[in-house]
Amino acid sequence: MHIVVCIKQVPDSAQIRVHPVTNTIMRQGVPAIVNPYDLFALEEALRLKDSFGGKVTMLCMGPPQAEEALKRCISFGADDAILVTDRAFAGADTLATSYALASAIRQIEKEQAIDLVFTGKQTIDGDTAQVGPGIAKRLSMQLLTYVSRIAELDLANRTITIERRAEGGVQLLKTRTPSLITMLENTNELRFATMPDMIRAARYPVRKWNKDDAGIEDLSKIGLKGSPTVVSKVFGPTPRAVKAEQIPVDKATPRDIAVNLIQAMFTQHPALEQDMLERAPL
Amino acid sequence: MSDAPAPRKPAGRGGRNLELPEHLKAYKGVWVFIEHDRGSVHQVSWELLGEGRMLADTLGVALSGVLLGGPDDNLTAFANEAFTHGAEACYTVRDAVLDGYRNEPFTRGLTDLVNKYRPEIVLLGATTMGRDLAGSVATTLQTGLTADCTELKIDPTSRALAATRPTFGGSLLCTIMTLAYRPQMATVRPRVMAMPKADTKRSGAIIEDTLGMVETDIVTKLLDFIPDANTSKVNLAYADVIVSGGKGLKNPENFKLIWDLAKTLGGDVGATRPVVQSGWVAAERQVGQTGKTVRPKLYIAAGISGAIQHRVGMEAADVIVAINNDPNAPIFDFAHFGIVGNAMTILPALTEAFRNHFAIRRMKAA
Ligand SMILES: Cc1cc2nc3c(=O)[nH]c(=O)nc-3n(C[C@H](O)[C@H](O)[C@H](O)COP(=O)(O)OP(=O)(O)OC[C@H]3O[C@@H](n4cnc5c(N)ncnc54)[C@H](O)[C@@H]3O)c2cc1C
Ligand SMILES: Nc1ncnc2c1ncn2[C@@H]1O[C@H](COP(=O)(O)O)[C@@H](O)[C@H]1O
Repeated sequence: MHIVVCIKQVPDSAQIRVHPVTNTIMRQGVPAIVNPYDLFALEEALRLKDSFGGKVTMLCMGPPQAEEALKRCISFGADDAILVTDRAFAGADTLATSYALASAIRQIEKEQAIDLVFTGKQTIDGDTAQVGPGIAKRLSMQLLTYVSRIAELDLANRTITIERRAEGGVQLLKTRTPSLITMLENTNELRFATMPDMIRAARYPVRKWNKDDAGIEDLSKIGLKGSPTVVSKVFGPTPRAVKAEQIPVDKATPRDIAVNLIQAMFTQHPALEQDMLERAPL
Repeated sequence: MSDAPAPRKPAGRGGRNLELPEHLKAYKGVWVFIEHDRGSVHQVSWELLGEGRMLADTLGVALSGVLLGGPDDNLTAFANEAFTHGAEACYTVRDAVLDGYRNEPFTRGLTDLVNKYRPEIVLLGATTMGRDLAGSVATTLQTGLTADCTELKIDPTSRALAATRPTFGGSLLCTIMTLAYRPQMATVRPRVMAMPKADTKRSGAIIEDTLGMVETDIVTKLLDFIPDANTSKVNLAYADVIVSGGKGLKNPENFKLIWDLAKTLGGDVGATRPVVQSGWVAAERQVGQTGKTVRPKLYIAAGISGAIQHRVGMEAADVIVAINNDPNAPIFDFAHFGIVGNAMTILPALTEAFRNHFAIRRMKAA
């Protein structure tokens, strides 16, 4: 069995600060991490490998530093890692990214047939959840998004049955492999890296592919040129004109404060009072 | 594995082509994909029609809905409902293979309609269905798609869709446009846009189309649909009253004060991400950037700092009350009413005071 897992290296957005005056992202010192959602895809792939044997290949498109993210995945037990890195990819939106990744996956397929491709649900910097569906379409693979559980994988008959999160319920879907799965978050728990795997990861020669290695055929489809979307403006959220009306708390008991809030709120919003009166249980 | 066939695209000369090529200027009109499942339309579709109406009016073009469904789906009733929410026309495709959502036939259905009728804008809900479909259709059509938009406008100079969305975990907003490609696609999360008023006097035209696929063409089979158990059927996005708790409540014991107040108000319980991550409440109660967008009439936030990632999910509430013991907490910058104090004493007092208030009001009314 051969699984390809797509991961992205992202800035740890919990630690991102925005410059208060210029509204630009202050990236200095912000650590780069493996996109947290992608770790659920990695773990699911590793579990399938535990059950069926075979190989897990990691794929990432990004700057040379993204090698670190791939090494981290090796430390959890992935077998191989490819970094697609080339100046020509800069400025790619999701359409251009999915073109480049799909192209790289075709090259990987030439080395060894692929049964499944995994992506995360979404990235925390791009946040679009579009790259997975995009890759699937380009490779004419069956697309399975928001997968919460793999119910059955039948390698001999090349079928897979999964549970997919939908609005108000779960779909049970059966399809053919190779297919592309975007894994839902919190569906599994990432294993710990073992000492031998950590050592292997540190020494692992991540394969670096430029646009030719990745088999890019149409240069107009990658990077900025291949991106239909244009970012026209970046700005900070507008502050509200007035701050909260503070209910006086000095020397007031909690009871007074509560009564005063209700008084102030319902005086200014009589319709709300009526509405809440009808809703509140007797 | 081969690249999906794509329509002809403008060749970017030298650098990047930002001009709309002549042959794409024929794309006219605003479309909303109307999502329905097991007999009812997702509210987000009506919210999008409300927003779509404004875009269509600005451009002076028609607003249409798209309905794909199986033989037993009441597409006509859904279309009529779409007309009351602002659509002038609905494109419907009815086929046995469209019974229950599956990516392949729905992608084909929507893609074919777009290629045939050429709308300039296509909007979808950012749901598990809408996002699955939007990504596939945009790739097949080789056009731009902007996910999870919080604001949609028409850029006056280019007349292109200016779609604004949070970026970098919500710390910044960015406006994205698709200039040289059509259609321009965007998804919007439930509750981000206001619900338009229904006008039952409105009507419209239904344009029926066919799919031209048979079940044997479709690889993925829908074996079963397991509806969520009632206990976990939290529809926070559409709750009118929400009491939310943050890390300031310190422990799950104290968090019960949130439930008490919510119960007294007949409201729902929300939470911040750290609260969900600590396991005090289920993930579906998380409000914010990576949780739900809510739009209640009243949102009471206790022990919540008001981080931007939380704020983007709740700032559209009509009335926001914040309880926080730090007078400088960011939540006070956008709440309507503030109480600087200890949530553990204020919450029970509020529960009691609301209960009394309602009792007195009811007595007076009787
Ligand atoms: C990519 C990304 C996505 C995110 N998505 C979300 C999201 O969807 N939703 C979300 O909520 N967060 C999200 N976050 C996290 C967000 O940045 C904040 O960390 C989080 O909202 C803070 O939660 P909090 O207010 O409960 O906790 P804290 O920030 O720890 O605030 C606790 C507050 O309680 C107050 N307090 C303490 N004791 C008391 C007391 N006794 N009485 C009253 N007040 C008290 C404190 O003054 C403080 O203001 C996200 C972060 C990232 C990086
Ligand atoms: N540059 C990239 N390299 C590898 N995988 C990526 C890249 N960008 C996105 N992905 C994958 O696509 C998923 C969805 O990304 P996004 O559409 O940006 O939300 C991610 O969870 C990753 O698995």
